[in-house]
Parts: sequence; structure tokens; C-alpha cells
Amino acid sequence: MYTQGLLTPSPKSPAAVEDAELLARFQARIDREEKIEPKDWMPDQYRQTLVRQISQHAHSEIVGMLPEGNWIGRAPTLLRKSILIAKVQDEGGHGAYLYSAAETLGVSRAELIDQLLSGRAKYSSIFNYPTPTWADIGAIGWLVDGAAIMNQIPLCRCSYGPYARAMVRVCKEESFHQRQGYDIMLQLARGTPAQRQMAQDAFNRWWWPSLMMFGPSDGASQHTALSVRWKIKRFTNDELRQKFVDFTVPQAHFLGLTVPDPLLHLDESTGHYRFGDIDWSEFQAVLAGNGPCNRERLAARRAAHEDGRWVREAALAYADKLTSRTRSVA
Amino acid sequence: MSERKDWELYEIFVRARGGLDHKHVGSVHAAGAEMALEHARDLYTRRLEGVSIWVVRSADIVASDPTDSDPFFEPARDKIYRHPTFYNIPDEVETL
Amino acid sequence: MIAEPRALAADKTALFEYVLRLADTSLVLAQRLGAWVGHAPAIEEDLGLANTALDLLGQARLLLAYAGEIEGAGRNEDVLAFLREEGEFRNIALAEQPNGDFADTIVRQFLIDAYQVELYDRLQGSVDTQLAAIAAKAVKETRYHLRYSRGWVVRLGDGTSESHARMQGAIDRLWKYTAELVTADELDSRLHAAGVAPDHEAVVTAWRTRAREAFSEATLDMPAGASYAWFGKQGRHTESLGQLLAEMQYLYRGHPGAAW
Repeated sequence: MYTQGLLTPSPKSPAAVEDAELLARFQARIDREEKIEPKDWMPDQYRQTLVRQISQHAHSEIVGMLPEGNWIGRAPTLLRKSILIAKVQDEGGHGAYLYSAAETLGVSRAELIDQLLSGRAKYSSIFNYPTPTWADIGAIGWLVDGAAIMNQIPLCRCSYGPYARAMVRVCKEESFHQRQGYDIMLQLARGTPAQRQMAQDAFNRWWWPSLMMFGPSDGASQHTALSVRWKIKRFTNDELRQKFVDFTVPQAHFLGLTVPDPLLHLDESTGHYRFGDIDWSEFQAVLAGNGPCNRERLAARRAAHEDGRWVREAALAYADKLTSRTRSVA
Repeated sequence: MSERKDWELYEIFVRARGGLDHKHVGSVHAAGAEMALEHARDLYTRRLEGVSIWVVRSADIVASDPTDSDPFFEPARDKIYRHPTFYNIPDEVETL
Repeated sequence: MIAEPRALAADKTALFEYVLRLADTSLVLAQRLGAWVGHAPAIEEDLGLANTALDLLGQARLLLAYAGEIEGAGRNEDVLAFLREEGEFRNIALAEQPNGDFADTIVRQFLIDAYQVELYDRLQGSVDTQLAAIAAKAVKETRYHLRYSRGWVVRLGDGTSESHARMQGAIDRLWKYTAELVTADELDSRLHAAGVAPDHEAVVTAWRTRAREAFSEATLDMPAGASYAWFGKQGRHTESLGQLLAEMQYLYRGHPGAAW
């Protein structure tokens, strides 16, 4: 899933005087749409921005397994259970692809995971919302993955090669996620009154947080300019958000759902849906750790990590034994 | 919090189907090559993306240095006579 | 297609019961494994356990659909999965044991994988062509499951002293649930006689060999016998199954007749 809008300033920008000539050549390569590869020269800040963005993205995928994983045990049919396991598994896979891309920049996955578990790294706030009903699984696939795709497709052309290639793989898999979510919503919308109510309720709860996924408005976002110049990012937060609203509102109407925004209307002159103000204080609160499930999500990841430590260590110990046995035979 | 050491990093190469080369697809962490194969299978071939997998310890890969790329690759640039299109063959001469 | 006449005409109820044993063991084990997704010791293990869960669910769905067809009462895979009560489930009790720690999960998985490999391998020769076809698909999947779980048995058994102790503890705890694996009951024998089920003794012997070899490589002790015999395959389950089903069935049961 995704992370745009999460970018927080790097601790301190090492304003090291990069060789101006290297920098110019680097920018020229970017401008020619050449890809930057792991061993190529790159400005420190480019590297740091990427490590931060890719790892936040990876963390989001991993934490994102939790709210949906919550329903694997209770999925209402065996087919839905299979789909959900495959979907949550994909999120784990996406996390792994992305950690793998981040590692090409010289950080280890262990370090990155450490940053997540110690609370120093961010992940997408959307996963700090709870999934009390089955309809939440539909809403997440449809809206959250839908918003993610909107963000991720441009990332397939990101200037950093390993990130772009990981995103190609992620995007291919992500459209299954969105469609299975919409499919759940369709079934509910065509179902019993209780099911329709469940769908509307989930929609009400996920609509605004989904819009927030695109991050602060362009004026308030600190990273957009540089990220756009370096072609890490190709559209602004507001552009993507608008596109998402334009795509999603007709899909909601098809389901017979009411968008929980009294100000929403189609602007005939532009063809775009105009929507009401986003409550950024909620966004900031969740980002700061005070959302409905922040503590629970991190606690679950920490528990998995701690409970798995003896397993990982035993595997290493066994691998070492094997290596030394092979040596002594040879 | 951090561990003694991480599982080792392996680079993964997948042959999509018979007749094609193995292609680099990414990496996995694993304790040993057998586990790396399993992890690669679970991570990179969930959708029938492959019929064969190679795993190589990342540490064992020797790569050319981008700063050497001029001496490495530039000398091939002007040897245009290596390419068939360099030669002008009269139209009357067939199957050449 | 139900193989007539030798296999079944005789006893559809017996075949129904037998297919449920296979189906429910896969279903219940998949339900357990599903709970690991997002909580495994490493991301790659989340993916590995999920793959196994998906294979098992796929097997369960084919088998339950077939069971419904044999029964002929209009029960589809979901009705069978979500509307039966614990006493009507025919999985081996080992499958329903809680996940515990990773050692418990791996030991449970290995014992069942090794059993299923031997069972499905032979079931490919069943006179019941439908069952033979399902077994042919399942045996490929199960061979991979066994590779995975056996790899972990050896790694953890011969890893650190902590992992060794946890593995031995898991084996000692779970061993009693193997009694019903090694004991053929009247139904097993009857279906073997009809050419539907394989020779139980052959399956058990091969299973025992696999377990012994893996445990020996893992420097783990194989217990001699079982202290108590559960017979989940006859519907006598541990307390864990009811809890598992309460979670699995709650939503389906809460909305009678709804489509999802």
C-alpha cells in the first residue's frame, strides 16, 4: 500500500557540499529520464529521501497486514477466506520487495525494522484504523488499495531503478486487491438490509481517511518540490487526491452508497467533483500516534518480532553448523 | 533491540519459462541456500512467474564499478563495423 | 464421478464420512495457519505459511464439494464448513491443536504433512476417480509443505539449545494426537477393502519412517507411544475445535441465507 504524504523531514540534512559537477551530471541524467542504479553516484539527500520513502512504504505494507489479517479467521465463505489470505500475503510480499529495494541503498532490513518497532519510523496512518466488520475488508480493498494504486502507478516510473522495478511488481498485484474489495462491496450492496447497512457504515468510516492518504495539501507538504525535481514523485498530493475522488464517487453511486460529505458535488465546468474540507487535525493526531489502533498495531509487530527471535537465531545457528560441517568434510 | 545478525541476503533469478534466460527479480533474506530457494519460491513465483530459480549470495556477486564505465564500455562504441548494417550490399545480391 | 459399483453403491454414507475426514483435516489446519499471517517470525515465513494455508483450503474446498455431491442433500462447501457443529467434524484432532509457538506449529504441520504425502500418494490409485484426481493435485502441494516443515524441524531441532528444547517439548505435547493417525478404524478398513482408501498399514509405516528420519536428523527423540487416544476422525474432538469453529463460523451463521 502506500506512503505518500508521510515524508517527514530527515533528522538533519547533511548540507555537505556535494560536488557541483556531480550534482549537475546527476540532474542531467534524471532530466533525460535515465534510471539511477544502486552503485551510481547520487546526492546524499536523494539517498536519504529514498530510504525514508521506500522503508515507510515497506513498513506500511507490513503493518497493513494486521487490520485485514484480523478477518482471515472469520471470512464468511471459503472462497473469501482464500482470497483474503492471498491478499494479505501479497501485502507481506510487497513489504519484502520494498525492503529489498531499500537495501540496495546501503541500509539493512534489520535496521529498518528496528526503526519501525522502536517507533522512529512512520508507516501509513490508514492502518491505525480498526476493522470491526467484514465490510471493512471490502472498503479497504476498494478505497485504501484504490488510493494506493493512484499513488503507486507514477512510482513505477520513479528515477531510482530498484524502487521503480519493485513498484511495477507491486502494481501488477495491487489491482487484484482493489477489485476483490469492490467485489465484496458489490455483494453487500446487493445483499440483505443488514449487509447494506454494514457497507454504508464501513464506507462512512473509510472515506475521509482514504482522502487523507494522499497527504497534506500541496502548500503544506515539505517535500514535494525536491521529490518532483528528482522524479521520485511525479504528481502532487492534491492532483492525485482529486483523481481518486473523481474515480471513486461514481463507483460509490453504483453501489448505492452515500458519500459522507454534504458538500460533495460535481462541478460541471471542470468535470471534477468538489469535496468538503478534510479534517487535518485528525490526520495529525493519528500521525502523532493518537489514532484508534496505533499502539495495538505496533504492539502486534513487536510481539511477532520478539516471539520470532529464537526461530531466526536457531536458523542462523543451524546454517552455521551446516557450513562448518561442509568445510570439515572438504 | 537489534539482533546479532540478520539472515543473509540472497539475490534471486527466475526463469519465466523454458527457453528464456534467468532474470534478476530481487532479493530475499534466508539462513542458507535451501531456505533462500523456498523464500524465493514463496515470494517471487506466487503467480506462476517461474519454472526455475537461482539463488546467489549477494556477497558473492562481483559487479563492475559505475566509475569504470567509460573504460569498460566506451571502447565498444566506435566499432560500428561489427554490426551487419555497416555494410552496403547491392540489392541484387540476395539472401545475404 | 462416483465410482460404481465396486466402491460405493454399497455405502455412500461411509464414503461421505471418509471424504469429510480428508476435507476437515485440511480445512481446520488451514484455519489455524491463517492466524499466523502477519505474525510469523520473518516476512518470508508469513508468505510460506500463507501458501500452505491456501493449498490446504483449496484441497478442503474440492473435498467438501465432493462430499456434498456424494451426500446429495444439497449441502455445498460453505454449508458444510460453516453450519456443522464440532461433533460433525471429522478432522484428526492434531489439526485443531492451537498454534502455540512456532515449534508447536511446525511439529503439528510436519506430522500432518508427512501423513498426507503418504496418504495422497496412494490415494491417487483409488477406484474412486474423483478422489484419485483430487489426490493427484494434493500430493504435489503436500510434497512442498513437507519440504518446508521438515526443513524447519531439522533446523530448529539442531539449531540452538532453546530451539531444541522447544521442539522436543512440542513433540512430547502433540504426540498423543498421532494415535488416531496410526490406528485404522472400521471405516478405514472398509474403504480399503472397497478399493477406495489405501492400505492404512502401508501409510502408517511410511509415515513413521519419515518422522523417525527427520527427528533423528534433527537430534530429537521420537516418543514411543501415545498416552491417550483422541479420535477426531470419529467426531471426538478436543476443546480447541469448538473455539476454532466459533470464530470461523460466526459471521456466516449470523446472517442466515445471506450471500457474500
